[in-house]
Amino acid sequence: MAEKMSGADAQAERTRKAGAFDIRNFIGMLIGIFGVVLLIASIFDSAADIAKADGVRVNLWAGAGMVVTAIVFFAWARLRPVVVPEDTP
Amino acid sequence: MTVLAAEGALRLDTNWVDYLLIGVYFAFVIGIGVLARRSVSSSIDFFLSGRSLPAWVTGLAFISANLGAVEIIGMSANGANYGIPTVHYFWVGAVPAMLFLGVVMMPFYYGSKVRSVPEFMRRRFGTGAHLVNALSFAIAQLLIAGINLYLLANIVEIILGWPLWVSLIVAAAIVLTYTSLGGLSAAIYNEVLQFFVIVAALLPLTLIGLHKVGWWGGLKEKVAASAGGAEQLSSWPGQALTGFDSPFWSVVGIVLGLGFVLSFGYWTTNFVEVQRAMASSSISAAQRAPIIGAFPKMFVPFIVIFPGMIAAVLVNEISEPKNNGGSPDYNNALLYLIRDLLPNGMLGVAIAGLLASFMAGMAANISAFNTVFSYDLWETYVVKDRPDGYYLAVGRAATVGATVIAIFTATFAASYSNIMNYLQTLFGFFNAPLFATFILGMFWKRMTATAGWTGLVAGTTAAILVGIASQDALGGLSQGWVGLSGQGASFVAAGAAFVVDIIVSVLVTLVTKPREESELRGLVYSLTPKMDFHDDNEGALAWYQKPNILAGVGVVIVVGLNIIFW
Repeated sequence: MAEKMSGADAQAERTRKAGAFDIRNFIGMLIGIFGVVLLIASIFDSAADIAKADGVRVNLWAGAGMVVTAIVFFAWARLRPVVVPEDTP
Repeated sequence: MTVLAAEGALRLDTNWVDYLLIGVYFAFVIGIGVLARRSVSSSIDFFLSGRSLPAWVTGLAFISANLGAVEIIGMSANGANYGIPTVHYFWVGAVPAMLFLGVVMMPFYYGSKVRSVPEFMRRRFGTGAHLVNALSFAIAQLLIAGINLYLLANIVEIILGWPLWVSLIVAAAIVLTYTSLGGLSAAIYNEVLQFFVIVAALLPLTLIGLHKVGWWGGLKEKVAASAGGAEQLSSWPGQALTGFDSPFWSVVGIVLGLGFVLSFGYWTTNFVEVQRAMASSSISAAQRAPIIGAFPKMFVPFIVIFPGMIAAVLVNEISEPKNNGGSPDYNNALLYLIRDLLPNGMLGVAIAGLLASFMAGMAANISAFNTVFSYDLWETYVVKDRPDGYYLAVGRAATVGATVIAIFTATFAASYSNIMNYLQTLFGFFNAPLFATFILGMFWKRMTATAGWTGLVAGTTAAILVGIASQDALGGLSQGWVGLSGQGASFVAAGAAFVVDIIVSVLVTLVTKPREESELRGLVYSLTPKMDFHDDNEGALAWYQKPNILAGVGVVIVVGLNIIFW
């Protein structure tokens, strides 16, 4: 993945890359933003909106579900970080 | 596949919240492309993600690349039309082949260090078979990318009211931006992201739909009362799907035609899929990619087919013509359900999910095309032996070229959608005999180079002949000599391709000279030392990381699902 680098530079580069480019953080961020927007939208749900979905507050429940999913992804990325092997060619 | 709707009937009532959500999603898509660019420093980085991705990422990308427009719209349409039997496309027509690819075939692809499926063909059988495979694959990818793009633009026109050409160019520009910047990594990371957005869109839709019909009990009752009856609730024998009169031949057609020939041909040799697994970080991760992908694949029917079935009983535009002998617009079943059930907010997520799925398909076609074009056509036959950076530049140029061609193909599809359907069937015929050639070549060391290409050509010809003899598989070209139509015709065509390929390959092998055994190490089972396929970290893997055990669990679950929905 990474070119050969030496010493502290390589170390810093690796940590930065693995951290910034962990797809799990991306998924967590996107689904999290979706969830928060839906939760805010759910405050303004009209009676017609709720009736449309058969009385279920879709934005509220889906938003909450997405926020929880986002937290799971962040936690997973935090607990099992990407380990870049020392001997990467 | 055509999507026709009365103008305005399907225009979704979007507001700024929906556009905000769609906008956020596209910002992430481009952002991933820009970030992935940093890790591209060689052609292997660009075309195969430097072979460095973890198995769950490549596994999700593996199914996401296939979760495009045809799958989401087409399978929900089948769900609305046929009901539960549609699950065969997943539980019979995909999962077994994916498990087989992981357990049996992936070691050859990954272990031989080839960079593409056609390249394996070249190493095993030489130029003839390679040219047939590489050219038909590259052209088919351009065609399918165009169809995906057209479907995307068409849906955007229907639901948002944007003119077709605007969404064609916007969607193409977005896909081009991230695939040409970040190569396969950007495509794969986006596919993983797309998978979750698609689930975020379809899972709530399915749950609300189920809530409205009265959960599984209510759905069963209403579907059984609709045209098509209770047959729509059990997967076997699936006669409505195959169009066969006899239940026995219907089961045979599904198991052998769909489950064996069509699906093994598609999943185990299609480079769009295999490329994703090849980007894995080790041989066991590459094996695990399709196996991990098989698990979500088993459950995709619940968020694709179920909404279709629900739409067929809840949406008047579908249920009325269906029950009164009309011809309902099944392809729009999912869109109607979204229109009827989702409020602003969730509506935006649903639209983002649909767009995500359509772009996933197109980006997958383009990233597979540029690899085959650069390595298998340009480097092999046109300009050889240049430094690596040259082929990276060729890859980027091929991406631009493919996108431009896809826009033209999409414009063509807009006016001649029937022709596109038949062309797609025709290219499917090139796929049909591939599995036979690969599996023979991998396990029979004597099989010769001449047998490789003659088998492919004979198999494809056999499939085309069946297509011509059928009622409608190839449109105006079909003569109707035999009473085969619809899915049944493609099952039989694929079966003919497989059998003819095997027979011709065996006969030709017996009269031609086999290759030197020393050249076939890593390509043929009996000539490859066990060590070549061995993963150094095998001992450190947990049980759930061992490909064979994981595949065994997959078999048990998929058999269980088949029994539950018998």
